[in-house]
Amino acid sequence: MKMRGAKAILESLKREKVEVMFGIPGGAVIPLYDELYGSDIRTILMRHEQAAAHAADGYARASGEVGVCVATSGPGATNLVTGIASAYLDSSPVVAFTGQVPRPMIGKDAFQETDPVGITMPVTKHNFQFYSVEEIPYIIKKAFKIARTGRPGPVLIDVPKDVQEKEGVMKFPKDVDIIGYNPTVKGHPKQIKKAVELLLKAERPIALVGGGVIISGASKELLELVELMQLPVVTSLMGKGAFPEDHPLALGMIGMHGRKAGNFAISDADVILAVGCRFSDRTTGNVNCFAPEAKVIHIDIEPAEIGKNVPVEVPVVGDARQVLKEMLALARTKVKKHPAWLEKIKRYKKEFQPKMDYDDVPLMPQRVIKEIMEVLKEEDIVVTEVGQCQMWAAHFLSRTRSRTFISSGGLGTMGFGFPASIGAKMARPDRNVIDIAGDGSFMMNCQELATTVVEDIPVVVGVMNNHYLGMVRQWQELFFDRRYSGVYLGEVPDYLKLAEAFGAEGIRVEKPGEIKDAVKEAFSCGKPTVIDFVVKPESNIFPMVPPGGCLKDIIEG
Amino acid sequence: MEREHVLVALVEDEPGVMQRISGMFTRRHFNIDTISVGHTEKEGISRMTITFWGDDKKAEQIIKQLNRIIEVIKVMKMDRDSIQRELALIKLNTSDAAVRREIIEYTNIFRAKIVDVGKDSMIVEVTGDPDKVDAFVKLVTPFGIKELAVAGMTAMNRGSKPQGNGK
Ligand SMILES: Cc1ncc(C[n+]2csc(CCOP(=O)(O)OP(=O)(O)O)c2C)c(N)n1
Ligand SMILES: [Mg+2]
Repeated sequence: MKMRGAKAILESLKREKVEVMFGIPGGAVIPLYDELYGSDIRTILMRHEQAAAHAADGYARASGEVGVCVATSGPGATNLVTGIASAYLDSSPVVAFTGQVPRPMIGKDAFQETDPVGITMPVTKHNFQFYSVEEIPYIIKKAFKIARTGRPGPVLIDVPKDVQEKEGVMKFPKDVDIIGYNPTVKGHPKQIKKAVELLLKAERPIALVGGGVIISGASKELLELVELMQLPVVTSLMGKGAFPEDHPLALGMIGMHGRKAGNFAISDADVILAVGCRFSDRTTGNVNCFAPEAKVIHIDIEPAEIGKNVPVEVPVVGDARQVLKEMLALARTKVKKHPAWLEKIKRYKKEFQPKMDYDDVPLMPQRVIKEIMEVLKEEDIVVTEVGQCQMWAAHFLSRTRSRTFISSGGLGTMGFGFPASIGAKMARPDRNVIDIAGDGSFMMNCQELATTVVEDIPVVVGVMNNHYLGMVRQWQELFFDRRYSGVYLGEVPDYLKLAEAFGAEGIRVEKPGEIKDAVKEAFSCGKPTVIDFVVKPESNIFPMVPPGGCLKDIIEG
Repeated sequence: MEREHVLVALVEDEPGVMQRISGMFTRRHFNIDTISVGHTEKEGISRMTITFWGDDKKAEQIIKQLNRIIEVIKVMKMDRDSIQRELALIKLNTSDAAVRREIIEYTNIFRAKIVDVGKDSMIVEVTGDPDKVDAFVKLVTPFGIKELAVAGMTAMNRGSKPQGNGK
């Protein structure tokens, strides 16, 4: 089939079942945008390329499908970088297209020429540049395969302008072979057997669940296994939602702002079944005193994560779902009980209950979270920004299903939440989507209100308005003698006027009794809505493990 | 225990692979001693020899991080008794006739080669395991080295047992 490069890109995308792309055009991608004109693939015009990358990422996290974003060469490409890096650290499948100057101009410092392939090497799973028109279908096929399989991640494709315009004879492959790429999906039977045996011998076993369980769709198998073996369950930030947090065995998130019960439980454990998590420092606290008595079983599709941060007794390289399934088959006949341990877990849970029922005015953030939680349906999607807001949500909010809690964990990107919620809403238009935001974070991408209004994407932003870069302020309060340096945001903007200026809805909430109605109204009005929660400016997120501390050193404030 | 490690990686010969690999080393603070690249028996596949100092845990991480790179096809650990070769070109000052004779003598003993002779300088090529090359360089240093070029090590395991961890 003979066609222009731009058309071949579109044809390839259709074959990958792409329905929507987030981006901003420019000189170097006009031919591609010309092809998008009137096409079945919906293009969402964002107001900043960073937001386009986050939206693609949010789409991917909410749906499990690849999210796609586009930017022009030069500044368009560099603007994508933060979004790509955020997706990379959280293993989210994104394919990013960047325009490039025509091939004959490359290397001449042409107008808006940069090197996105070079720039994004350390923050992509892989990246490409088209050298010829004919290779377009192969490279796109490869890019999607790499992005979505194994440990997913972002892939960037740099598209010289003349490659978009030139005609070539295209063949669209059904599949492509990548010789150096062949993720191990099936776990080694010997290792799986060892893992089960170690768990059966354990007296104080616990499961530590990460984002890999969500990615591999292993929630059901996990639930079965932990019920069968009666394993208490803690999660990392990325694992939130992989296991129902209202389950009697659930202890919530662990880590720097984890639940005290969870932090204590994992510190006491003698065997940890870690599934699809990478033992980040925010999860383990000081690794030298992390779970000092525990032997670790680590299931992960990424061999490089195993043994990277903590010593591992039983490594199992493989897909979480597959491996858990096989563990289930082995464990089914020989279950061992550990009643004393479960008693202790129960005690921890009862003793360390998070307190949320504050009646204060201005609002206490914990109360805001509690009320939001009571309005949310199980399948609704919570996205977060970064800071105290994120940790209030992660700590206090219960989630029970995969892909209903979306947060920038690894990179901790302020400004992620709002555009990611746009992507999530595009992926799941039938669900309510709320971004639990900080005022500082929301300001980093609030221009996207324009996108939500023009494109009619009714997401809700709940701003925990404390007039501070609260998380940094909290560190300054606790560890720097209250010397608040560069953290006061002032009393601006007026969020109601901001919303109004963009044609969105705005609601201000000052009293605890008004929270629920505001959230319900925001969900039902069918328009993008900003809720300004006027919270106590110097409220803190506790409990907290001080930086460098052990999980058990958690302080209550 | 820290020691020298030698790895061989087979990589797809794509633009940017070297940058990808060296970037990964820099970013993760893996200090590399030498790295050398060349062709293999298969078209489109290059062979890279990497040497570094560290404990086994570090070696393990380096192998795993190398394997994450899509264009890396296979990484092999070189055994301690593997064939390891370096090549050095040494330009020496030979204006003194006595020195010249001495250099020629050492060159013969080391089975090195004189590959260029000028009025007051010559270039010696020496190949061998790193210790040999090192020893030769040390020996001729007092004569006055004008230029020295040592190519990174190339290595190959002995025998015919299957190699390395493919992906
Ligand atoms: C892009 C970016 N810049 C800076 C930071 C450092 N940082 C982490 S939390 C935080 C404060 C966030 O403020 P806000 O969004 O108002 O949330 P709050 O902590 O007040 O709830 C900052 C500046 C970051 N994570 N991301
Ligand atoms: Mg704030």
